[in-house]
Amino acid sequence: MTKMYDIAIIGGGIVGCAVARRMTLAGAKVVLIEKSPDILAGASKGNSAILHTAFDAPEKSLELQCMQAGYAEYLDIHTSMNLPLLKTGALLAAWSPEEQAKFEGIMAKATNNGVDDLKLLTTAQALKKEPNLSSKLLAAIEVPREYVIDPWSAPLAYLTQAVENGADTLFNTEVTGGSFDKNQQDGLWLLETNKGATKENVKANHIVNCAGLYGDLLNKNVFGESAFEIRPRKGEFVVFDKAASKLLKNILLPIPTEITKGIVIFPTIFGNIAVGPTADEQEGRADASVAKENLEMLYAFGLDKIPALKHVPVTATYAGIRPATEKKHYRVKHDVKNNWITLGGIRSTGLTGSLGLAQHVESLFKKQGVQFNKLTSPQIPVVPNLAEHIERDWQKPGVEEIVCHCEMVTKREIKKALDDSTLPAGSMEGLKRRTRATMGRCQGFYCSARLAELTEGKFEESIAIKSNKKGGS
Amino acid sequence: MTNAIPQEECDIAIIGSGPAGISAAITLNKAGIDNIIVVERESEAGGIPRHCGHIAFGFKKYKRLLTGPQYAKNNIAEAMSLGIKIQLNTTVTALGKGGKLSLVSQQGIYELNAKRVLIATGTREKPRSARFVSGDRALGIYNTGALQGMVYLKQKIPFKRPLIVGTEIVSFSALLTCKKGGIKPVAMIEENSKPTVRWPIYYGAYLFGMPLFLETKIHKIIGDQRVEAVILESAQGQKKSIDCDGVLFTGQFTPESSLLRMSHIAFDEDTFSPSVDANGQCSDPAYYAAGNVRQLVPEKGRNAYFYTSDNPPNAVNISGMCWDQGAEVAEHMLKSLESVTP
Repeated sequence: MTKMYDIAIIGGGIVGCAVARRMTLAGAKVVLIEKSPDILAGASKGNSAILHTAFDAPEKSLELQCMQAGYAEYLDIHTSMNLPLLKTGALLAAWSPEEQAKFEGIMAKATNNGVDDLKLLTTAQALKKEPNLSSKLLAAIEVPREYVIDPWSAPLAYLTQAVENGADTLFNTEVTGGSFDKNQQDGLWLLETNKGATKENVKANHIVNCAGLYGDLLNKNVFGESAFEIRPRKGEFVVFDKAASKLLKNILLPIPTEITKGIVIFPTIFGNIAVGPTADEQEGRADASVAKENLEMLYAFGLDKIPALKHVPVTATYAGIRPATEKKHYRVKHDVKNNWITLGGIRSTGLTGSLGLAQHVESLFKKQGVQFNKLTSPQIPVVPNLAEHIERDWQKPGVEEIVCHCEMVTKREIKKALDDSTLPAGSMEGLKRRTRATMGRCQGFYCSARLAELTEGKFEESIAIKSNKKGGS
Repeated sequence: MTNAIPQEECDIAIIGSGPAGISAAITLNKAGIDNIIVVERESEAGGIPRHCGHIAFGFKKYKRLLTGPQYAKNNIAEAMSLGIKIQLNTTVTALGKGGKLSLVSQQGIYELNAKRVLIATGTREKPRSARFVSGDRALGIYNTGALQGMVYLKQKIPFKRPLIVGTEIVSFSALLTCKKGGIKPVAMIEENSKPTVRWPIYYGAYLFGMPLFLETKIHKIIGDQRVEAVILESAQGQKKSIDCDGVLFTGQFTPESSLLRMSHIAFDEDTFSPSVDANGQCSDPAYYAAGNVRQLVPEKGRNAYFYTSDNPPNAVNISGMCWDQGAEVAEHMLKSLESVTP
């Protein structure tokens, strides 16, 4: 069966979800195509979950524009969709005279970027704000309006809103090629997918490539060439137990270098303290493995800056892969002739920039003269809260069972994520991101058996497998 | 929230219904304390022995060897017959000053004001993340506790051909669990030059026809969705790949002490257990601790199998020690209660 759309969005990461929402609300008939069984399976699964002011973004860049627009829109919509926001502020810390020497330039850039509330702090002032920092601290710049958010509930909310207002989704569907026919009346693009020509081919007038780590390959598959090349850059993180949360209130930013923004120590919205990312270029686009030596380095880095972390156990480790390219900036291009928009090279700032990128896409359509009828009273979905500082499900009446004790995840939350009528969890990873089950300190020691039971038959790759044994399950 | 949090009172609150907690409850009950509440967050009482479905339990108490579930069942039955109240599906969320506990149960959140509290929250194995093991984070990576829960409580298996990491007594227990579930481990590895416990591991390896690689650690776990292989590294730096569909991290017990860590109660940062005096009393005199949450056997001292005073047993096999300590601490709690009662 072939369905007809105004816009097909390829890729269900944070950017694809935000574009799907924006264009659905703008009145377009949208489909989002994702090759994995759930959203956020690529670059968007691991990041530092910070909502940035963009004080240090490249001046006059599209990245800056999208980050600031995205930042503003998140603040605007978060309450209505129950998206959490933790106002931590950030301290940009200098640990050496060389780093401190960069303060002036950083302050000037922030002012140029319209972020004019940065404050220089002396050692004493900084240590008063963060008494657990190492006394090796020389000075700091305070960036008051930096926040941490839930990196997974935000895109879930965006796509849920798209679907509740008429968008379709195709999971486990990989776009393998496409043909563009200007003479067609009912859909200029015919996308081929791994589902085969007879089943799930998609017709759409416009395509938005949000394929992240595979963005260049998609363009190559369709056009035979790509204007950019993805150079996957891995970032590993170490997460400390919730007991660490009392040791740090602000996001602790390093002084960025030419190559990387450096290693951040940050509170998470879930009540932990995390350290990362590393920045290692690699071949593999799907290789989110961790390396012992990097984890040990991050651990030592954390202890060096906050010595009291020594007494806090590590809860989790993870890695994310940024879709960096051979250049530093966003690789956004509107191929008007072919009705094809590419949002490529959206690296670390994608979480902040996604809503802004979506606005930018809408403006590109307007510029092209493409008209839709804006929805007048769209559905506004509410997503479950997992943030520690806001009331969680277990604190509400009617809790039947707490399944994951470390993260206090209720059976009700797990059932909702599994049986959600709009966007049910498509994989164990998706369930974890929607509920936090097994993401705490015991990493499933206590609740894996119960989860195996609750998720039986739900996912292609499940916790429990079929036994060889007679009479077994 | 406008509604006041419901308040309850009791003489003794016991957190955890494993051997230490139940033993303390029975001791206190027999001494005439009626108002005891045992709080258990799981839907079934008994603690860890509940899912150790093999023989090794209760010899000291019952004069015969029982399986973990039998042992747990006997303990719980005894407590129930005495009329001890065990509140299931009830989680303590905070330890407040002077014995004021914050809890959540099916009735919602509430507070329990106990004259004395026993913390008997037990122990768990260190997960892969806290061990900083390199590689993919695929499905099929578990601790023994999770495996046992699946095999004994839910009749499910998470893999068919896992690599077993560690050679503690619990690793042997893991092998028995594998046997029960029809799981065939591909190998067992140990970083040291000798297994932590000798004969059960050699016997287990023999039983499964499975290689035991000493002085070997994981270089990298490989797997896209599910574990596909592990690259092993010897002490000399030689690497070899071994196909498997899971990795089981056994042992390296760490007290389940996060409630304590988040509380006002003094905490030993080296053992991750509460600081207690000789009577098992914490820095807040309303609180006591017993059992594996006190890290009865330091992690470093785990290289013995037989249960003697010179050779302390490995943490998880000491349900008997936990039982004894629960009773002993209960006596001290009793004395402290009497001393304040006119």
